[in-house]
Amino acid sequence: MLNRSIAACFAAASLVALPVQASEVEVLHWWTSGGEAKSVASLKSSLEKRGVSWQDFAVAGGGGENAMTVLKSRAVSGNPPTAAQIKGPDIQEWGELGFLASIDDVAKKNNWDGVLPGVVSDVMKYQGKYVAAPVNVHRVNWLWANPEVFRKAGATIPTTWADFMVQAKKIQDAGYIALAHGGQAWQDNTVFEAVVLGVGGAEYYKKAFVELDMDALNSSTTDEVFKVFGELRQFIDANAPGRDWNVATSMVINGEAGMQIMGDWAKGEFAVAGKTVGTDFVCVAAPGTSDGFTFNVDSFAFFQQSDVNKQSAQKAMAEEILGTNFQEVFNLNKGSIPARLGMARAKFDTCAHDSMNAFVSTAQSGGLVPSFAHGMAVPGAVAGAITDVATNYFNSDTSAADGKAQLVAAIQAAM
Amino acid sequence: MHQNVKKQSVLDLLEAWLPKIIMAPTTLAMIVCMYGFIAWTGALSFTKSRMLPQWDFVGFIQYEKLFANPRWDVAMSNLVVFGVLFIAISLLIGLVLAIFLDQKIRGEGAIRTIYLYPMAVSFVVTGTAWKWILNPGLGIEKMVRDLGFTDFEFRWLVDQEMAIYTIVIAAVWQSSGFVMAMFLAGLRSVDDSLIKAAQIDGASAWQSYWHVILPILRPVFFSAIVILSHIAIKSFDLVQALTGGGPGYASDLPANFMYTFAFNRAQMGIGAASAMVMLFGVLAILVPYLYSELRGSNRG
Repeated sequence: MLNRSIAACFAAASLVALPVQASEVEVLHWWTSGGEAKSVASLKSSLEKRGVSWQDFAVAGGGGENAMTVLKSRAVSGNPPTAAQIKGPDIQEWGELGFLASIDDVAKKNNWDGVLPGVVSDVMKYQGKYVAAPVNVHRVNWLWANPEVFRKAGATIPTTWADFMVQAKKIQDAGYIALAHGGQAWQDNTVFEAVVLGVGGAEYYKKAFVELDMDALNSSTTDEVFKVFGELRQFIDANAPGRDWNVATSMVINGEAGMQIMGDWAKGEFAVAGKTVGTDFVCVAAPGTSDGFTFNVDSFAFFQQSDVNKQSAQKAMAEEILGTNFQEVFNLNKGSIPARLGMARAKFDTCAHDSMNAFVSTAQSGGLVPSFAHGMAVPGAVAGAITDVATNYFNSDTSAADGKAQLVAAIQAAM
Repeated sequence: MHQNVKKQSVLDLLEAWLPKIIMAPTTLAMIVCMYGFIAWTGALSFTKSRMLPQWDFVGFIQYEKLFANPRWDVAMSNLVVFGVLFIAISLLIGLVLAIFLDQKIRGEGAIRTIYLYPMAVSFVVTGTAWKWILNPGLGIEKMVRDLGFTDFEFRWLVDQEMAIYTIVIAAVWQSSGFVMAMFLAGLRSVDDSLIKAAQIDGASAWQSYWHVILPILRPVFFSAIVILSHIAIKSFDLVQALTGGGPGYASDLPANFMYTFAFNRAQMGIGAASAMVMLFGVLAILVPYLYSELRGSNRG
């Protein structure tokens, strides 16, 4: 087949294949910022205690796009890594292509069905068998604020989007940057998602952005969403384009900016900078989303390996990931909450407790929604189309009506 | 004697065929890896491929989707703007620098080297350095404001309309030195007697350049345009480093579009279609130009 000869050309070029000794895992991920790197190091050390050595394969790029590109070329050339950081609908796509290895035996032995919530374990399975291990549950709809900046500006932490505009104006007038933002497409999309959930509510979010129902997308709620999203343009600073997410978080840490809308991985940055929650920074649900939980579950998917040693190393890694020790240490460093239910709460801080409570309550109330900005809700093509519209809208002065028309057209073209 | 003749004819044969034998591996590699893969991409553009190649043929749907995508329109118009400006300005600056350097000045070697240095850095380094220089809070705008002009604004990098021109600036900075070197070599090869004849006829310096010397440099123009246009079409790393395609996707070029859609978005079909459209666009412009130039030079 032509694929094979292409693969031969790639394989010849990628003669970097190192001879792997017994019990080694090569893991592809994109966790390269301060808090994230610490979290990966914790997995590495717990695996090394089990005698499995870790070959790190980090590819930087906050949203994971570069890592996924590298993964595709490795997989096509017949030399996939042992495990890769794949999540959401992508797990199903890779499963369909036949690359993933089943770790169902490890899952059964350790009762994964019993310790994982249904919405999470469904995503980890392909055709009923576990092919991936969830590492954490991130909540994306957070607002991080510096209380000192608020105090100096005489503003209060906003709970609705209307209030947000008022408070942001106060902060701006006091000489601070109201909203710290990094002008990268995925970050624009993350803020857009928070506006969608805050303005439209969980039902609208699910209908329009998960089920892609055209009536919901064409409704007046979408106009309102774009109007609010457009009003945010005035509250970011001129240097935002191209800025990385953790640099924007550092603006809040340093007191240059009042707020950032970002997922709970931002908490890791505050932790690395030695800041304490409550005094140095505050975490609240993004405006209008206190009864909603936009989840982003990171997971490692396992690739079929021919070497028996690699297979046993994979199973060791899978078991370790869902173990209580790793789940606790990793999530303490990363800022997320354990995917595993029923863990001891004592070591986690108040933000994590809020998150855990919200996770359980929204699972029952229907406010638990997958994040479309982080590849949990819709396939890559649609997510990319939404990203294009959101980032183009945010960086131009397109009107709300035009934004809605572009969104509908783009989603239809991508389906 | 019979033996001798036989041996000689084998040697003769070998001598005749040796160049072809040596060229064969390269030719084979080019045929497979260039034309073969171009054909493969073309075939891929007619399939339904998403994350990895899948051979379900679906006709022209990918091309329809491509032309309906507003991001592609932006990318193509950016390529035209960037290509024309980049080539025109590089040629102009290169020519002017070469003419000035040709005046037998002192320190010509040093100055020439300085102008050629930007060529030595990669596009990624150029893009990153210019990103810092053009950043409103760090670079030119801040420097001029610190000098006292507090209302000065130079925000092209973060402006949707003007971002593509920042790419032109960085690319021109990189390539003008190389064009200058080419023109300098061309100018040096112009026969002195022609210039003297022009001076005897009473031509001013400007007139002798415009009417005598520049027409002689036509082959150099041709080489420079071919090289510059291939740099312009290839520009991917410069955009990634300088603006990341932003703000939004305002400074996207077709190469970036193709990379994003084929590899990041799991829409390989559209990516392949965009690559084929890029190829045809380039051929449509370059082939007539090549034909007219090379046919002309064959005659002359």
